[in-house]
Amino acid sequence: MIHKTIVRAPEWEIVIGLEVHTQLSTSSKIFSGASTTYGAEPNTQADAVSIALPGVLPVLNKGAVERAIKFGLAVGAHIAPRSVFARKNYFYPDLPKGYQISQFDLPVVGQGVLTILVEPLSGNAKPYEKVVRITRAHLEEDAGKSVHGESQGLTGVDLNRAGTPLLEIVSEPDMSSAAEAVAYAKTLHSLVRWIGICDGNMQEGSFRCDVNVSVRRPGGPLGTRREIKNLNSFKFMQQAIDYEVQWQIDTLENGGKIHQATVLFDADKGTTHAMRSKEEAHDYRYFPDPDLLPLEISEEWKEQVRATLPELPEAKRNRYVKDFGLSSYDAGILTASREVADFFEAALNPPQSPLVRGEASSSPDKGRPGGVEAKLCANWLIGEVSAQLNRDGLEMQQSPVTPQQLGGMLKRIADGTISNAAAKEVFRTMWAEGGDADSIIEAKGLKQVSDSGAIEAIVDEIIAANADKVAEYRSGKDKLFGFFVGLAMKASNGKANPAQLNDILKKKLAG
Amino acid sequence: MSLTNADVRKVASLARLGMTETEIESAREQLSGIFDLIAEMQAVDTNGITPMSHAQDVTQRLREDVVTEGDQRELFQSLAPQYKGSPQVEAGLYLVPQVIE
Repeated sequence: MIHKTIVRAPEWEIVIGLEVHTQLSTSSKIFSGASTTYGAEPNTQADAVSIALPGVLPVLNKGAVERAIKFGLAVGAHIAPRSVFARKNYFYPDLPKGYQISQFDLPVVGQGVLTILVEPLSGNAKPYEKVVRITRAHLEEDAGKSVHGESQGLTGVDLNRAGTPLLEIVSEPDMSSAAEAVAYAKTLHSLVRWIGICDGNMQEGSFRCDVNVSVRRPGGPLGTRREIKNLNSFKFMQQAIDYEVQWQIDTLENGGKIHQATVLFDADKGTTHAMRSKEEAHDYRYFPDPDLLPLEISEEWKEQVRATLPELPEAKRNRYVKDFGLSSYDAGILTASREVADFFEAALNPPQSPLVRGEASSSPDKGRPGGVEAKLCANWLIGEVSAQLNRDGLEMQQSPVTPQQLGGMLKRIADGTISNAAAKEVFRTMWAEGGDADSIIEAKGLKQVSDSGAIEAIVDEIIAANADKVAEYRSGKDKLFGFFVGLAMKASNGKANPAQLNDILKKKLAG
Repeated sequence: MSLTNADVRKVASLARLGMTETEIESAREQLSGIFDLIAEMQAVDTNGITPMSHAQDVTQRLREDVVTEGDQRELFQSLAPQYKGSPQVEAGLYLVPQVIE
């Protein structure tokens, strides 16, 4: 399926835009003081406002607005000095007021941009950067939850989630493949967690994606779009888009027409199917909510919020490339989440010198603040550490090896105390049993032999015991060099400093 | 601007209002009156005037993000049976006629 799409790609252009609902990480609801904690008993967090008792009035949560401002600043967007809440009218039992309070023509966050790093799915295509435009982001309240099938002919309603603050982030239709859409969603997911406005828990519905998909002939007019609703995993997003794109292409190539529709993805079958047929029923009759006054955001408030923003992923990535000489790709992996970036920086800098930024840029030896090679550290994090985390099903912040432990070990690799092979053993021990690198190296006798006298003695012994091979080597059989390295390493129990050993061997074999 | 009975039926259906033919007729007359008033207002020159979203020129007061409301489920759900048209309750859930898209 996927390959068919790619082969046909020149004939059809894919156009994708996303609407993402992020649940803001406030303690209380957007318009009332009820708790937003996930997983409580049904309706125990549904106060008078959440269940829409007559006569109650909404009062806007400052924390929700602050988070919206944070997001806007993070994507370089215009923050509206004045924005307006509107009623979106529709009937559904999980929306007891009969309308959702949202924003319509005057949203709090205007146009911004998000730079994404796309990893193409097809074999040898290279990762590339793309700038996706964000149209707007607006504040609104979440609805409750319907529970079907508990009682015959009845639906149960739990209004705990009703009134949870959402920031709906709308992109321009700038993405032209499933890979780009997924990269955008992942970057956005990482960003909202990075700036601390959303916990990003997709299983609990804190980050839900609606994907608008259409196809067209290159250069032709935009095709009719279908909206895939409520995707809560990146894998499903990928599958849903692949299926939907193929379905639309097949439909058009067979002379059919695409009708605007809302579709759902069936994860078991891997297919999409239309959810509502009566599109004209979606007449939301938006109007400004008379219960809420315009929201004013002063320049001063905006600047206060700006001061609380951490260094953003993109800036960090560029700094890693510039200051540490990392590849853009490696820097991208290290800044994919704040936890990884924090781990990386903490491992680079032993606890006594926490000023990463200052040190890194003023250090004459850019690649090694705190004596740890940044590239070496990056390789270990991207390689061994992430492999172990994957194996044990852990997140970065759950790593049993602390950044300080890793940093301590990397220092011993950098200063030649241990070889890479020995480091792997030190790391495995740290992971399983804890302890710092120096004591593990000591206890296990992993210290590399860098005493040239000792290495020379080993080499002399080998040369004496293998006179025939030495003769062969000297008569031009260069390949035998590896054989001697192997013997010497074995004789030193793997502890000989490899670079030193090479030098000494070369010199002695030359005669 | 004059409304037709079909317009009124559409609006009533969007608002989930059941109306008899007589009611539709009288609603059409009343609504048309409102539209006439709007037409009259639209004749006013509003060039250079920033639209207001609220009748009062004041801005939204904000709440600190603090949980102030505790669990009142029992109270709310014990009230329900006393009022006509309010939903039944089971296992903490409000019950409504089955809705499945």
